[in-house]
Amino acid sequence: MEVNDIIRPENLVYNKPELMNNNPMHYCPGCSHGVIHKLIAEVITEMGMEEQTIGISPVGCAVFAYNYLDIDWQEAAHGRAPALATAIKRLNPGKMVFTYQGDGDLAAIGTAETIHAANRGENIVIIFVNNAIYGMTGGQMAPTTLEGMPTSTCPYGRNIALNGYPLKISDMLAQLEGTCLVTRQSVQTAAAVRKTKRMFRKAFENSMAGKGTSVVEVVSTCSSGWKITPEQSNVWMEQHMFPFYPLGDLKNID
Amino acid sequence: MAEDIKLMKGNEAIAHAAIRYGTDGYFGYPITPQSEILETLMAEMPWETTGMVVLQAESEVAAINMVYGGAGTGKRVMTSSSSPGISLKQEGISYLAGAELPCLIVNIMRGGPGLGTIQPSQADYFQTVKGGGHGDYRLITLAPSSVQEMADFVGLGFDLAFKYANPSIILADGIIGQMMEKVVLPPFQPRKTEEEIRAESPWATQGRRKGEAPNVITSLELDPARMEDNNLRFQAKYKKIEETEVRYEEFNCEEAEYLLVAFGSSARICQKTVEIARAEGIRLGLLRPITLWPFPTVAIAAYANRVKGMLSVELNAGQMVEDVRLAVNGKIKVEHFGRLGGIVFTPDEILQALKEKLL
Repeated sequence: MEVNDIIRPENLVYNKPELMNNNPMHYCPGCSHGVIHKLIAEVITEMGMEEQTIGISPVGCAVFAYNYLDIDWQEAAHGRAPALATAIKRLNPGKMVFTYQGDGDLAAIGTAETIHAANRGENIVIIFVNNAIYGMTGGQMAPTTLEGMPTSTCPYGRNIALNGYPLKISDMLAQLEGTCLVTRQSVQTAAAVRKTKRMFRKAFENSMAGKGTSVVEVVSTCSSGWKITPEQSNVWMEQHMFPFYPLGDLKNID
Repeated sequence: MAEDIKLMKGNEAIAHAAIRYGTDGYFGYPITPQSEILETLMAEMPWETTGMVVLQAESEVAAINMVYGGAGTGKRVMTSSSSPGISLKQEGISYLAGAELPCLIVNIMRGGPGLGTIQPSQADYFQTVKGGGHGDYRLITLAPSSVQEMADFVGLGFDLAFKYANPSIILADGIIGQMMEKVVLPPFQPRKTEEEIRAESPWATQGRRKGEAPNVITSLELDPARMEDNNLRFQAKYKKIEETEVRYEEFNCEEAEYLLVAFGSSARICQKTVEIARAEGIRLGLLRPITLWPFPTVAIAAYANRVKGMLSVELNAGQMVEDVRLAVNGKIKVEHFGRLGGIVFTPDEILQALKEKLL
């Protein structure tokens, strides 16, 4: 007997999305990716687009996103997800196409592909997970690493003279005529999770309505990379990340 | 009914053939001497007739990754570029081969290395048939020597790519791309429907249907035992291609004492060399590899028992000559003659080289 067989429907307040399978996740404790995956799965099902959705996973921690959500996926070379998404959507306009990218993938090696896909107004969704660090390769400096923030390649903290400034790429994307929605959200509280899910839904709806490119940045934690506990990570994110990457809509055209 | 003969450049022939073949998408970036492919497609506006997508990408890197995305959905997609741009595409080409995706790539070669020159060259032979990108993979390589073959090899390239789930490449040079010749374009055929794509390419990401497993396009496999299995599968496929898809052409090879081996534009020039040599009483023949990979190793090895020497004639410093020597395996003398940096040899120069090196 399955757990769901015991629970009476009227008492069910929470369950695993249908599109999420039982593969054990490789993400670290406290990582934001799991919650973000879940929200995407829920939105796709709620929109009834399970059979029409194609995801593009990046190089980075989410490279294995295709192991957890039972939709069709393509795994892109580092930074190239928006180029794949461009072609997939243009060649298959009836499909719902999204990229799932980290800060290194989207805002360093893939900057050109990101900017130009958004500037062409491709009818795609870009989910941008910004945890200010390269998690998969072991905690190196990212384009979004904050000033003074230590990583394995800036062990004494990001030095502006040496490393330049952290990149607010969503602010740049909001300036482009091709974007219809650019918003910055987070998933560290129940309220934030609900808000992020609403923005995912809006982004996916925009893509099917042909309104242009939608970008949802999720300011996230990386306990392993930041070398603090998950609980401390949420506090650190609120104290340090949010002042530099303030939450809210940078652009939201109805 | 008379054939519909047109006069056009090789680059234009590729564009027209692509539309007529039922190609779903072309993604490219301007570079001399191949820009007419993108220009012709944009002027023809096939999105209004066949529904073909044509897009000028922000870079060669983006273009090849658009091809990767489109190919993953089972569509017939292609890109074209010239040598420096093809270098930029190598990462994507390796991914396409690693994910076993069919597509068509066109390289209208120019002189290198580096920014080099915009004049014709065949110096990308090594890059194309020996690797180019990282990892053990092969590209089905077609070398046209006429505008007609530029048109014909679009369909052949796609057919072979889909037959073997592997990228195909047309390796031509600035001469073949820019020269105008008569051409009979292939008949129009419709683009594949979604249901036809699902049937033809059940691996394609067309959206997971209920009750079916998701389709995932990836070249990643962190388990080394599985990754070795993947590589062994690739190698078995490459062996099958080597056994079944070799194409070459012989010109005056009967009773030949000496053989020129040349591909593409060089082979056209060598035809004239053979005529001049025969008039002088030199029994010279020409073997033209049409597929550079798979290479006509068996045919060349057979000639090593019949002729006294071979001259590999290439617009490079000596690349294909290595494969000719491997085929000949030391039985007879094999020499190379080439011109570099965008200079094209004359038929007389080739004959002179033959006399100096082999006769």
